[in-house]
Amino acid sequence: MLLVNNLSVGYKGLLAIQDASFKVNKGEIVSLIGSNGAGKTTMLKAILGLLKPMKGEIRLNGEVISGQPAYDVVKKKISLVPEGRRLFSRLSVQDNLLLGAYTVQNKDVIAESLEMVLRLFPWVKERAGQRAGTLSGGEQQQVAIARGLMSRPDLLMLDEPSLGVMPKVVSEIFTTVERIAAEGVTVLLVEQNVFEALQVCHRAYVLQTGRIVMEGTGPELSQSDLVRKAYLGM
Amino acid sequence: MDQLAQQLVNGVLIGLVYSLLAIGLTLIWGVMNVLNFAHGEFLMIGMFLSYWLYVMAGVDPLFSIPINAVALFLLGMLVYRFIISKVMKGPALAQLVVTFGISIFLANFAALVWTPNFRSIEHTLLSGTWDISGLKLSIPKFVTSIGSVATSLGLFCFLKKTRIGKAILAVEMDREAAVIMGINTERINSLSFAIGSALVGVAGALLATHYYIYPFVGGSFGTICFCIVALGGFGSIEGAFVAGILVGVVQTLGGYIFDPAYKLAIVFIMYLITVWIRPQGLRGW
Repeated sequence: MLLVNNLSVGYKGLLAIQDASFKVNKGEIVSLIGSNGAGKTTMLKAILGLLKPMKGEIRLNGEVISGQPAYDVVKKKISLVPEGRRLFSRLSVQDNLLLGAYTVQNKDVIAESLEMVLRLFPWVKERAGQRAGTLSGGEQQQVAIARGLMSRPDLLMLDEPSLGVMPKVVSEIFTTVERIAAEGVTVLLVEQNVFEALQVCHRAYVLQTGRIVMEGTGPELSQSDLVRKAYLGM
Repeated sequence: MDQLAQQLVNGVLIGLVYSLLAIGLTLIWGVMNVLNFAHGEFLMIGMFLSYWLYVMAGVDPLFSIPINAVALFLLGMLVYRFIISKVMKGPALAQLVVTFGISIFLANFAALVWTPNFRSIEHTLLSGTWDISGLKLSIPKFVTSIGSVATSLGLFCFLKKTRIGKAILAVEMDREAAVIMGINTERINSLSFAIGSALVGVAGALLATHYYIYPFVGGSFGTICFCIVALGGFGSIEGAFVAGILVGVVQTLGGYIFDPAYKLAIVFIMYLITVWIRPQGLRGW
């Protein structure tokens, strides 16, 4: 479904991603793990079209999407739940969700999507009128995920969904990710919480200073020396 | 006492017009962080447009409201497309200087083609005053205020209720997150600049019913607008609305209590005190 080929992305002459290649197959949960500054967020931004790659290409279902502006890429059913949630804090929860469906024109489809995300997060219904900025970290993360689903993406990219969320809510977030995948949405997950990320995913890639240094299934990587030492602290 | 009440009413009336002008300015700032120094000159263009429509075609300023709105919307869009968007990628100073340049150009160009003389529209549909138990209410000023409030409220509803309006607010709050939603922020910039200008167009037609029209009329309104936007909190539409009324009242009452010559000085002293105590303005965050 998603194919990243020899991608290099830089900020002002500094290479944040060098020659990275990876793929995400339909129906998979793929994790991209790595430490702070490894280039994970840059990768997601490049896929969505927020950053222009210097080299290489990104293909979605065969079509080259690298170089296209984000507002066109989003229409191709990719959606990003950004790091730090980035809700529109002074707008209501409901308006945040509706903005998630900004690229959808058909009102019936939007109503249907709203129903779907409310099934996933039933508590949101009573809080729909509340300002998004007044929710707790965990609640905001759930609304951000719901907002990401409002455009009915085939590929949902999640950037650090466990960051700034209370530890006991973290596992809830990952359960949600599994439920979303079970409904047929392909998931690309970026995480610093390597232990959880390897548990939920089918396959994972390890990113170090802009390069992909390792790939494998969750259990394979959990057992590798590199991952155990560098990320799991074993 | 009666005089004081009279001044208070006058203050609110002019304040509501200030609010409308300042909302346009703060909307543009909030969305794209550009301070449009030519805002006052756009108002001047709007007033002249109403004037010439009246002189040449006999269109009453009240009926030129929609024409002004559309004309200034288009002017705003063109200015954004061909000038502002070019300097958006440059340093902030370039944006400041370019709108300052547009302002000087428009005012002086108007002086060149229309002479710097004061003009006014003599016989409009609105004239006379109402006398409400001693309180005098100038009908054109009253209608101007009502029109201004209605336009401000219309903008509020547009922003809060419509899909595009919410997208404008989203860009104002978090530009990158808005891009992630699939919003074309360049289009929102252009639209916001056009809407901000259209609001001034409406105000221009309303003011043309009773205000003097001359090429440098934008200067005084523009300066007051900046003060209101800063007082309300940069980018805050509610703040600009409240601060506009406040400035109108303070200016009129201050002029009455002290001396009309000091009325602007009093406004700016109030502004200085406010930003000293609360640098983010009344409704800033």
